[in-house]
Amino acid sequence: MQIKPILAALRRHKAGTILIALQIALTLAIVCNALFIVHERVDRVNRPTGMDESNVIAVQNRYVGSPPNFVPLVKTDVQALRSIPGVESAYATNSYPLRQGGWSTGIQTKPDGTKDGVPTALYFGDEQTLKTLGVRLIAGRNFNAGEVVTVQPQQTPSPPQVIVTKAIVDKLFPNGDGLGKTIYLSKGKPSTIIGVVEKLTVPWTDFDHLDNVTIMPVIFNSGYQHFLVRTRPGEQDAVFKAIPKTLYGVNRMRVLPEKYGVRTYDMVRSRAYEADRGMAILMSVVCGVLLAITAAGIVGLSSFWVGQRRKQIGVRRALGARRSDILSYFMTENFLIALAGVVLGVVLAVGLSQWMFTHFEMKRLSFTYVLVGVVVLLGLGQAAVFAPALRASKVSPVEATRSV
Amino acid sequence: MFSYYLQLGLRSLRRNPMLTALMVMAIGFGVAASMTTYSVFRATARDPIPQKSSVLFNTQVDAFGPENIEKGEPPPALTYKDATALLRAHKAKRQAIIYPVSVSVIPDDPARLPSREGAYATGSDFFPMFDVPFIQGGGWTPEDDEKHASVAVITKSANDKLFNGAQSVGKQVNLDGRLFRITGVIQDWAPQPLFFDVPNTGGFDEGASVYIPFTRAVDLQLSTNGNNNCVAEPAEGWANYLQSECIWLSLWSELPTKADVDAYRGYVTGYAAEQQRAGRFRWAPNVRVRDVMDWLDVQRVVPPESQVSLVVSLGFLVICLVNTVGLLLAKFMRRAPEIGVRRALGASRKDIYAQFLIEAGTIGVAGGILGLLLTGLGVLGVGLVFPEPIARLATLDPVLILLTLVVAIAASVVAAFYPTWRAAQVQPAWQLKSN
Repeated sequence: MQIKPILAALRRHKAGTILIALQIALTLAIVCNALFIVHERVDRVNRPTGMDESNVIAVQNRYVGSPPNFVPLVKTDVQALRSIPGVESAYATNSYPLRQGGWSTGIQTKPDGTKDGVPTALYFGDEQTLKTLGVRLIAGRNFNAGEVVTVQPQQTPSPPQVIVTKAIVDKLFPNGDGLGKTIYLSKGKPSTIIGVVEKLTVPWTDFDHLDNVTIMPVIFNSGYQHFLVRTRPGEQDAVFKAIPKTLYGVNRMRVLPEKYGVRTYDMVRSRAYEADRGMAILMSVVCGVLLAITAAGIVGLSSFWVGQRRKQIGVRRALGARRSDILSYFMTENFLIALAGVVLGVVLAVGLSQWMFTHFEMKRLSFTYVLVGVVVLLGLGQAAVFAPALRASKVSPVEATRSV
Repeated sequence: MFSYYLQLGLRSLRRNPMLTALMVMAIGFGVAASMTTYSVFRATARDPIPQKSSVLFNTQVDAFGPENIEKGEPPPALTYKDATALLRAHKAKRQAIIYPVSVSVIPDDPARLPSREGAYATGSDFFPMFDVPFIQGGGWTPEDDEKHASVAVITKSANDKLFNGAQSVGKQVNLDGRLFRITGVIQDWAPQPLFFDVPNTGGFDEGASVYIPFTRAVDLQLSTNGNNNCVAEPAEGWANYLQSECIWLSLWSELPTKADVDAYRGYVTGYAAEQQRAGRFRWAPNVRVRDVMDWLDVQRVVPPESQVSLVVSLGFLVICLVNTVGLLLAKFMRRAPEIGVRRALGASRKDIYAQFLIEAGTIGVAGGILGLLLTGLGVLGVGLVFPEPIARLATLDPVLILLTLVVAIAASVVAAFYPTWRAAQVQPAWQLKSN
């Protein structure tokens, strides 16, 4: 390869060379960080909840007024929901995966444990909860209707029976004998683990222990209730429309908020990951436009160089260089510049990632992304320079005799 | 001379439409990306109450203890005991406890459905302290606070909905089945970030449409609609809840002078010390009295998404500039012979500078106009990228329009410096000889 003469020629075009290399370096730094952000966000958005999310509808309901006991109202509503044609199961709760609001506490294995305990989200429910969520019970049994207890506001719920996720039993009882063991959700009040579900996530998308959930047979005496409804396949739309009518038919003194009153699980999910999806879109657009601009810049500058050197190209051709020699000259030249660019770019990319890591608590860039970025930019450079290089190779040897 | 150079510049730009379009697009895209993300950043990082932000202070008292907090930062809210004790002491010009509640507004017309409204339970000082703009009547009085009166202030939209926008001061509004007398109607007021309720809203929220006295809300046992954190489980019942170590209240104070702030901070520290002596706190006083901007900063109100996207788009602008420098260099140097002729005919270096910077400036103007259009599109599309409560704050106002144009022109002139300098270095003799 004719690298030496290329380097010699580049030395006469310092400014242009540096500019292209710099542009490639900066583009690499931004693109691989942006792609990494996209990857991370897409990963988050696709995280499973452990539920079978299709055909599930979430209802947010507030009763108006303050009767001493909301429990009869809640029970009537749940019955009404269950009798809507097309509904498979339904229950009342305080929260569910991706709701972004809910209760959490620490689980102790001793009655008077003073340590923080194993963090867990708390979901209230009844015998239809597991079926409605569509989670898999891997050990033990479901609740029965007789086990449901009432919990008053400002009281920590701690019913005698609970179902927990596998993540919790694994943490509390690493020997695998968690089923049937006693745990404490509130000082001195024992609860027995009667069942274990494979996976179910907490209501929040930013929580250190995503899979730590305790389901309890509890009806909460509060004017603020959520209902989860599972419909038979294909009947989700009909049930979706029937829910407000049915509930207002039972009792008008309630509020189902306009935007978030009745939602399919798709809506719940897209709302929960709104910011992540947005960030992924923004970063993808930035990457696309950035690569396009860099490619256009390389085309522009290379074309200029080709134009400037028509005479020299003509001389080389006249002295016996083939077209392919000219083509490979420009391709190699671009490759060398791009190589310098990506070397600098890798340093910048890692630096930028480090800076974002310390300032915005973001994860550190994985090396795969740097590698992908390097390959993409080298390829982009080659693709961008191809058209001008081809034009250069078509310069006729006669040019050598012409004055510019 | 300016208009002549302008003509020359335009002619030169027309000669090479592809290259010109490329430069205009680079500047336009770069500026638009930066300005769009800047509009979001500006909205999230702004001062919500500029005329008073330096004299309004949030109070934090650590009721949780060192083992239950992170890095020594006291919890973001107060217990009922601490908030009411500090309020009773009257150590500030104005002071109000604030917590969010949710109420159902029941219309008199039985044909209409009740609606759920966000509300704040607070004190009479809230309205003058935060310069809340009234359009009818005014806030309730300190006596109403004392008497635990059933009074309310509602917003214009609530007034429109309930009374069709008519004069409603003195009329009653039915909240959860109880009647409250309206003392005033305010504008739809929700400063962003919603500094006085950051722990419950994250800073961006539509605000409330009803305000009722804190004392009355506590009588009615209205629990908070926001966060409630307890280190120990309270005993059953509302009275025990009020005496518990659960945190759910904010306390804001207006302290006009530095001396007031120091005195107040001293008082709060003394209060915490007293609690330690009484055996309630088993740790040294750990209190914070922070003004609005400090508070927003500590609470990290600006979402990391908005900062990261601003950083990335500024990087984008830099790349676009490097790109433009390269293209301008190519463009200017191609005209070396022409420069040589001009110089030989007596043009000074200064003339060359003027000519080429003006040409670059026209690219900046074109890029700025394109950037402005794209920024407009970008601001409209912010809703696709940022959550709604933040997206609606990003607007294309005159300041942003002006900034877009200034940045575009400045960027292209900066980008033109090096190519212009190179152009001015062209040796006339050398150029003439080579031809």
